[in-house]
Amino acid sequence: MSTFQSARSIAASVSTGESSAVDVVSQHLARIEEREEEVHAFNLVLRDEALQSAERIDERIAAGEQVGPLAGVPIALKDNLCTRGIPTTCSSNILDGWRPPYDATVVSRLADAGAVFVGKTNLDEFAMGSSTENSAFGPTRNPLDTSRVPGGSSGGSAAAVAAGFSAMSLGSDTGGSIRQPAALCGVVGVKPTYGAVSRLGLIAFASSLDQIGPFTHDVADAALLLECMAGHDPGDSTSIPQPFPSLSESLDRGVAGLRIGRIVDLPSGADADVVASVDRAFEVLADAGAEIIDVTIPAFTYGLTAYYLIAPAEASSNLARYDGVRFGSRVEAADTNSMYMATRGEGFGPEVKRRIMLGTYALSAGYYDAYYGKALKVRRLMAQDFATAYESVDALVTPASPSVAFPFGSKTSDPLAMYLCDTYTIPSNLIGHPAMSVPFGAGENDLPIGVQVLAPAMGEPTMFAVAAELERSAGGNHV
Amino acid sequence: MCSRPPSTVTGNLKRVSEQIDRGAVERVAKLARLELSDAELDEATTRLAGMMAHFADIDALDLDDVEPMTQPYELVNVLRDDVPLETLDHDEVLAAAPDASGGRFGVPPILGLDL
Amino acid sequence: MSDSATWTHEGFEMVVGLEVHVELATETKLFSGSPNRFGDDPNTNIDPVSLGLPGALPVLNRQAVELAMRIGLALNCTVQSCTFARKNYFYPDMPKAYQISQYDRPLNIDGHLEIADGIVIGVERAHVEEDTGKSTHIGGSGRIHGSEGSLIDFNRAGVPLVEIVSRPDIRTPEQARQYVNELRAILLEIGASDARMEEGSMRVDANVSVRHPGEEFGTRCEIKNVNSVRSLGRAIDYEARRQVALISDGGVIQQETRHWDEGDGRTHTLRTKEDADDYRYFPDPDLVPLDPGDEWINTVRSQLPMLPAARRIRLAEVTGQSADSEAIATVVERRQDDYVVAVVEIGGGAERVLVHVKEAFSEQGSEPSVPAVDLAALVAMEVGGELTSTQTKTLLGDLVEQGGGDPKAMAAARGFEAMDTSELDGFVDDAIAADPDAWAKFCAGDGKAMGALVGHVMKASRGQADGKAVTAILNSRRG
Repeated sequence: MSTFQSARSIAASVSTGESSAVDVVSQHLARIEEREEEVHAFNLVLRDEALQSAERIDERIAAGEQVGPLAGVPIALKDNLCTRGIPTTCSSNILDGWRPPYDATVVSRLADAGAVFVGKTNLDEFAMGSSTENSAFGPTRNPLDTSRVPGGSSGGSAAAVAAGFSAMSLGSDTGGSIRQPAALCGVVGVKPTYGAVSRLGLIAFASSLDQIGPFTHDVADAALLLECMAGHDPGDSTSIPQPFPSLSESLDRGVAGLRIGRIVDLPSGADADVVASVDRAFEVLADAGAEIIDVTIPAFTYGLTAYYLIAPAEASSNLARYDGVRFGSRVEAADTNSMYMATRGEGFGPEVKRRIMLGTYALSAGYYDAYYGKALKVRRLMAQDFATAYESVDALVTPASPSVAFPFGSKTSDPLAMYLCDTYTIPSNLIGHPAMSVPFGAGENDLPIGVQVLAPAMGEPTMFAVAAELERSAGGNHV
Repeated sequence: MCSRPPSTVTGNLKRVSEQIDRGAVERVAKLARLELSDAELDEATTRLAGMMAHFADIDALDLDDVEPMTQPYELVNVLRDDVPLETLDHDEVLAAAPDASGGRFGVPPILGLDL
Repeated sequence: MSDSATWTHEGFEMVVGLEVHVELATETKLFSGSPNRFGDDPNTNIDPVSLGLPGALPVLNRQAVELAMRIGLALNCTVQSCTFARKNYFYPDMPKAYQISQYDRPLNIDGHLEIADGIVIGVERAHVEEDTGKSTHIGGSGRIHGSEGSLIDFNRAGVPLVEIVSRPDIRTPEQARQYVNELRAILLEIGASDARMEEGSMRVDANVSVRHPGEEFGTRCEIKNVNSVRSLGRAIDYEARRQVALISDGGVIQQETRHWDEGDGRTHTLRTKEDADDYRYFPDPDLVPLDPGDEWINTVRSQLPMLPAARRIRLAEVTGQSADSEAIATVVERRQDDYVVAVVEIGGGAERVLVHVKEAFSEQGSEPSVPAVDLAALVAMEVGGELTSTQTKTLLGDLVEQGGGDPKAMAAARGFEAMDTSELDGFVDDAIAADPDAWAKFCAGDGKAMGALVGHVMKASRGQADGKAVTAILNSRRG
């Protein structure tokens, strides 16, 4: 679908000196120059920094050094990833002017692999939203149709790849914030197994749900980027202390002999063209030798409720540190309590305040059992239902988003309608399983549709095999 | 400071959603340290009640014998050695503060936060 | 009347439970690698975790867990698998606006501590949590009320604490003091904390209520800001009397937190139940459960040193004194009992050794500078009659000052050679010959004259004669 050069081919040609990192980065910066005003993918473009680090990479290659598997690859970072000395805003006024004194683990790992960071991308404030309309700095537009949203919350990162501003980008996915914008922008987006990628330096929304993951033009690039960033980090207590499995063999494995599940009691609500694409995905997988098996996941339908109790509860606590004392903005007042109220009342946008209210309420005295405690039990039910399904299948396929990219403002007046965008993506976050969206087919106005592949924890190899097969059938693989 | 087991009502969400009034919302805003305008409080009251009513779908589930799940990938005993690591640069950190003096972070008088 | 053994006032008894916070003697903080060190320049022992910066993640300090387990085992607690929870509240010295603590699953539960007279005080729990930063109030004479603002130092933020919560088993101020003293002795013995109340590394809050014996517990008030063991007794006594007076006047006790004012010797309302806390505890999603397991627990148990109570019993047995005696208590409190036992093993004279150590080693630590063998030699000389008690004291002073030495040589250097009787007889003969008038007066019953004769002997013997022995010879000569 995309016509841009893959990261693999960039890294290969930069590593061999066939092309220079400076040229590659300049091409991407030129595209940013050309379309960024229209798309607004970035909160900050790191033009000078990117050119400097590209120069250093070229020097190292000229000196015969091995630079790494991402040599010279332009990468955009969601602006909720800490970058040392570089403003990191979460698209919120409350972090105005803050420059983190440290790098997120993923940022260091990608830099070590030779990546060049071209900018910090726009998001729904603190990653709360499904359209990037909740940014304090204005919305990002979908590069495929600028009258429509790119999805969210990682809308800027999805748009950056779709517009060719960067070859790859990083997003974070708490309830679908990578997969849904990937679907809406026609790129590949992966939410890895919880704990596969370090969260250290990812500004938390909901700690037990957040995972960092890649946006790429194709499945093989996603595998490459994920391999570069995954793996144990002793600085994150929830990081899985074992090696991340290799994905490269999965890409050409095919799906012969794999059992792929169709969830028969999946909540309805997806548009007809989306449903049709998913049906066709099952057909091509069956044609490629997979066995399609019907499964039930009764708890699937309760995911939305569990998620909208758990995520805001964690967020209400995670976002309490924005108090105007140690960093970020402050609204002066006569006493500390008034300063807190004013700073937070003014610094946070409406959706963030809404979720803090919801989460504070869900945890408050007397309601814990009714809200949060119950949601944690639903989460267990969900895990049990998925475990049962995975006794008979190796992977599951569903829609990623109920619809293609929607017009601006069409869901902003009704938060619940916006929340329904996450119906199909939420369960994977609740139970920590990997899931990814692959462009597969098109709908209304020829806008892309994403098909979601799900697998059990640390089941990325199987998931990538299925995704690669879908990509081949859709004719989307890059050279 | 002494901790007691959580005292909670075993209500259902639907019933709870009916109890959400403006007073309750104001208390929550205070607890969350959010200054909300009258319009925001009204909106929050309607929204909170609406969401809770919507979320009442889980009331029907029998969850008595279900263990709560707090971690999506269940690990245990993640520990670090008691070894000093690099600290942050004092000046860099203080420079990022809205108010600092004498190497410390400044705040206005501490009132209304009795502890 | 109130004395150490009982406390009753107008028919009421007091019911007291103590909450003791102790800072653990680790190298680094509970969840990050900044030094745990008292007295450094403000905001120098800081890192993203202890400042609560966005993106920071906690990782639990193994040594803090081990010290907390030592405390639990020393207090006869059950050590169990446990979890960490967030206690959410806003305060400028609490960087994340939540404290990581333990709530429904603490590490240590159901222990006890024995104080004097076989009284056993229950320990409900001893859980692990992090400390806050420190506020300095500007203006308003350094108090929070009337200050112009506050300045925060986060060096202490994140320092590991164990909160030891007693059951409401304490009935007198003296028992409270004994409990805290005994607890402190245990903490020092097991190396868990330096437990200094003045420096704040041990902090005691008291829950006080009153009732007629045998009735239900009354409403309790929590007393804070008690900065010494002595103040603890005074504060409890004051508070219980205040409650009795109030009830006797027909009043009702309000559950509230009260502040002890050392200056006026009273407690004052800090906040009432109406500002009831709603801490919104929930499991910290950034941390995983801790399950020490039998192997670790047994290892820690086997490495526990002998605790103060056992030490007092042992020392009592070795020295033949009562375990409740002041000398035993003092020497064990100074942790010099191993030393006493070692000295006695070398040379006996247990009672004298205990007295000397108690009297002369108050400035010495648990390992006195005087080698055990030297003190043993000195006591052997004293017990063997080679030295008078005065000479022994002098030589003991020399030993302490010089950090040891051979008592025989030191005695010789001071000319403390023991005299045999024939030699003494010779000196007495000489004295009578030199001062016949004095001898005549002495024989006539003039007691004062004896002084002159003894003086002659002392002069001639250069102070080496035992005055008592000289007197005895003179008396026997007079017949």
